[in-house]
Amino acid sequence: MSAPATLTKKDFQTDQEVRWCPGCGDYAILSAVQAVFPELGIPREKFVIVSGIGCSSRFPYYMNTYGFHTIHGRAPAVATGLKLARPELEVWIATGDGDALSIGGNHLIHTLRRNVGVKILLFNNRIYGLTKGQYSPTSEVGKRTKSTPYGSIDYPFNALSVAIGTGATFVARSIDVFQAHLKETLKAAAAHHGTAFVEIYQNCNIFNDKAFAHLTEKEVRDDALVYLQHGRPLVFGKAKDRGVRLNGTELEVVRFADGFGPDDCLVWDETRSNPAIAFMVAQMEPPRFPVPIGVLRRVEMPTFESGVAAQTEQEIGRKGVGSLDKLLHSGDLWTVRPDGSIA
Amino acid sequence: MTLPTVESDNRLSREVEHERLDDVVIRFAGDSGDGMQVTGSQFTNTSALHGNDLATFPDFPAEIRAPAGTLPGVSAFQVRIADYDIHTPGDQPDVLVAMNPAALAVNLQDLKPNGILIVNTDEFEERNLKKAGYAANPLEDRSLESYRVFQVPLATLTRRALEGSELDAKSIERCKNFFALGMAYWLFSRPLEPTLRYLDKKFGARPQLADANAVVMRAGWNYCDITEAFHTRYEVEPARLAPGVYRNITGNAALALGFIAASRKSGLPLFQGAYPITPASDLLHELAQFRHFGVTTFQAEDEIAAICAAIGAAFGGALAITSTSGPGMALKGEAMGLAVMTELPLVVVDIQRGGPSTGLPTKTEQADLLQAIFGRNSEAPMPVIAASSPADCFERAYEACRIAVRHMTPVVLLSDGYLANGSEPWRLPDLGALADLPVEFWSDPEGFAPFRRDPESLARPWAIPGTPGLEHRIGGLEKQDGSGNVSYDAANHERMVHTRAEKVARVARELPPLEVHGEPEGGPLLVLGWGSTAGAITGAVNLARREGLPVSRAHLHHLNPFPANLGAVLDRFDQVLIPELNLGQLALLVQARYPKRVVSFPKVQGKPFFRNEVLAKIRELLGGGSR
Repeated sequence: MSAPATLTKKDFQTDQEVRWCPGCGDYAILSAVQAVFPELGIPREKFVIVSGIGCSSRFPYYMNTYGFHTIHGRAPAVATGLKLARPELEVWIATGDGDALSIGGNHLIHTLRRNVGVKILLFNNRIYGLTKGQYSPTSEVGKRTKSTPYGSIDYPFNALSVAIGTGATFVARSIDVFQAHLKETLKAAAAHHGTAFVEIYQNCNIFNDKAFAHLTEKEVRDDALVYLQHGRPLVFGKAKDRGVRLNGTELEVVRFADGFGPDDCLVWDETRSNPAIAFMVAQMEPPRFPVPIGVLRRVEMPTFESGVAAQTEQEIGRKGVGSLDKLLHSGDLWTVRPDGSIA
Repeated sequence: MTLPTVESDNRLSREVEHERLDDVVIRFAGDSGDGMQVTGSQFTNTSALHGNDLATFPDFPAEIRAPAGTLPGVSAFQVRIADYDIHTPGDQPDVLVAMNPAALAVNLQDLKPNGILIVNTDEFEERNLKKAGYAANPLEDRSLESYRVFQVPLATLTRRALEGSELDAKSIERCKNFFALGMAYWLFSRPLEPTLRYLDKKFGARPQLADANAVVMRAGWNYCDITEAFHTRYEVEPARLAPGVYRNITGNAALALGFIAASRKSGLPLFQGAYPITPASDLLHELAQFRHFGVTTFQAEDEIAAICAAIGAAFGGALAITSTSGPGMALKGEAMGLAVMTELPLVVVDIQRGGPSTGLPTKTEQADLLQAIFGRNSEAPMPVIAASSPADCFERAYEACRIAVRHMTPVVLLSDGYLANGSEPWRLPDLGALADLPVEFWSDPEGFAPFRRDPESLARPWAIPGTPGLEHRIGGLEKQDGSGNVSYDAANHERMVHTRAEKVARVARELPPLEVHGEPEGGPLLVLGWGSTAGAITGAVNLARREGLPVSRAHLHHLNPFPANLGAVLDRFDQVLIPELNLGQLALLVQARYPKRVVSFPKVQGKPFFRNEVLAKIRELLGGGSR
C-alpha cells in the first residue's frame, strides 16, 4: 500500500488517553511530532517509535504508528536491532535525560558513534519526573531534590557535547514551547540519514517548573538564546546588537556598540567536518554566553545499517547465496557405508 | 624443502609389535603457548577421518598466556578414540604427553597406572621444576616408576630437524608440538596426510612454516620408528557408526549450523546480538562468517544491548538470537522479561561456565539452570531446553527457534563449556527430515489485535512494522488481553500472568515423551540427567548394566516445561539419582514438582563427570554388587 496522499496530524493520534500531567512540555513535543510526520511523505506503517522508561518514554502509546515501549535506557539498543533487521523503517527514539544520559548512556554513545539511521529525541527536563523528582545527570550543580536535600554535587552533562564527542553526524537542540523551531528541527532530523540527535528542552511543570524560563520567557529569550542558522552569523539580542565571534581559540560575545558587527561574528556552518567549533558552541551557557538552539552539526557519513547491508551484498556477490546443504557438508567428511566400511 | 611422503606400516624400518585397542585416551598437556589445542585437534581430526568414534575435552586456562612454565598456564587437550560408540572423552588418559614440568604436575594424577608418559626433557631444568613446585626432578627420583615413561628432548630434536632452516629460533621452538604429534601418529598408526593438508591450508601464505611443521612432525614419526624406545604400535579400528556422512563438530559450531538451518527453514533472516564472553564467543565467530546466508551478527556494546538489539530485530520479523554465558545472562535478565512481556520470539543461548561472578571462565558447570528458569523479576516464564552433546547442539538450536516462533516466546537454550569446545563425530542430518518451521506474519487488519491468541498455542500474532493497518504498540507495561492497550486492571493482570504461564506450559504438549533406557517398565534405580552429563551417565549406566546392575537412565532436554510423562516415569522407579554439575538444581526442581524424593549427586569442580564417578554411585545405591 502506498502512502495516502493526505495523511494528517489526526492520522498519527491514538485513541489512548494521554496521561502526562496537565501542562507538561511533552504535549507540545507530541503535537509537533504529530504535525511533522504527515509532512514527510512516508506511509504511516513505516514509522516505529521506540522508547525507554520515563515520562517521555510513554510517547509511543500516543502515536498511531508502530511503537515499542522498552526498558530503562535501552531504546537505542532495541532500535539498532530493529533498524539493522529492517533498514527501510523510519525508527524514532523518544527518551529523556535520565533514560538516555544516565542508565542508558552506554547505548546512546554507541548508537551515535555507529551512526545508526535512527532519530533520537531527548526530552531534557533536568529532573526525574516519573519517579517523582530526583536530580538527573543534566540537573545544575546544587539542585535540591528529594534525593539531594542539601543540593546536588556532581557536575551535569551537556547533552550536545556528549553527542558531538561521540562523533554524531546530526546534533540539534530545540525547545518544547518553540513549536515552529521545533518542527523545523524535527524536519531537518527526519531528512538526515545517520543518527539524528535532537535535544529538546522540556518543562516539567510538577518537579522542575520553569527550568528553562530564563530561555523561553518573552522578555528574556532574545537575549538568552542564539539561533544557529546555516550560513548566517551568530547574531543575537532583542536588538540584534550582539554576536558570538571566534577570537583565537576562544569564543566570545561581542557588542556591536563596541565597534563590532555581524561580519566579525562566527558564520554558522553546520556541515563542518571538524567538530571542534560545534563542540565549543555546544558548551555555551549563561551567564557568559547565550544558549545555542538549532542544528549544531550535520555531516553525511555512511550509516551502520548500510555498511552491514553492503557487506552482505558483497559476500553474496563473492560466494553466491549460501547453500545450507553445502555448508553442512563442508570441512573434512567421511562416510560410513551400510556395511560399516569407511570412505 | 619437499614434504616427506607418508609411510605405511610396511615401510617401517624395523619389526614392531601391533596391539589392537578398542579404546584409548590421550591427553596432550603443555604450556598455553605450546599449541596443545592445535595438536589435540589435529589428532582428533585425523582419527575422525579414520572412522573412529571419538570425544574430546579441551581444557585451558582463562589467561591467554599465563607466565610460561607455571601451573596456572597449563593447557590440555584430551581425546578419546574408540572402535565402538563412546559417550565421553574418558576419565583417565592412557597416554599423557607432558611438554613441561607444570603440565606433568597438573596432569599426572589422572594418568592410568602403567600408562604411557611422554615427557619433553628439555624443559625439566631447575627453574621450570621450581615453577611447577617440584623439589626434585621427578624424572630422576623414581616417582614415575608406575608409568611407562619415555623421555624425549622434544625441543632439541625439533631444532635438529630444522637445522639449516631460515626460520628464527622462536618459530623453530614453536614447532615442537608437531614433533609430539608425529610421535602420537606413529604410536597409534595414524596417517599424516590430514595434518599435512591442514598445514598447507593454514600456512598457505607462509609455506616455510607449513614445511617446518611438516618436517618436525615427520621427525617425530621417524624418531619412534628408528629408536628402540617403542616396541609396540597401537591400532584402534574404525567404529561401527550408523551409516551416513560424518564430520567432527564442536558444540558451538553445531549451534551455529542449527540456527542457520532454522533461518533457512523458516525463511527468516537470522540476527544475532552478542557481546564477547567465554565460552560463547565462538558462536559469534562462527555466525559472523555467514553473511551470504543472510545472517547479521551484531557485536553490541554490552550484554544488555546485545539482547535488546535481538529483541528489536525480533519485533522487526527476524529470527533473533542472543548468546552469552552466565554472567551475561544475569545482565540480560530485565530484557528477557521484556521479551516475555511483549511475547516476542527470541532464543537466549547460555553457554554455562563455572561461577558465580567471573568464576572459572574456561571451565564447565551446569549451575545456571535455576537462573535460566527463574532469573527474572516477577512471573516471567520461559521455555528452557538443554543440549546433551556437541552434535546435539544442532538439533537443540533448531528446536529452540521452532518453539520460540511457534509460541511467540523467548526461549533459553543451555549449553556449557564442555559441549561448546568439545567435539564428536556428527552424522549430517537429512535436511528434508527436519521438523517444519512455518512462520506467517499477521497481515489482515480485519480483526487484528496485538494480543489476540491462537487458541492452541496461545501465541499472539507476529505483526511486524511496515504492515499497513496493523500499527500497534507493545512494551513492558502490562497489557489488556486482546487489545494490547496498557492496563492496570487487577483481574486482567492476573489473567495475563496465568496466560503467560499457560502458554509456556503448553509447550509440553508438543514435546516427545521422556524415554527410559534400560528398564522402561520401571526398576530399582533411574539415573536422571540433563545437559552435558549425558555422556558420562550413558557410559556409566551401560557399564553397570553389563555388570548386571538393574539401572536405567533418562535424559532431559526440556527443563521447562518438563516432558509431560516425567512424573509417571519417576513413579516407576524406587530410587532416582540425579548427577549434575551444580549443587542439585534439577533435583530441587523435580522435588518441587513431583512427590518423588531423589538422590542428588552434585559435582562442582569446573570439570565434567567421570564415567566412573557415576558408576561408583550407581553401585553404591544398588548395594555394590551384581544381581
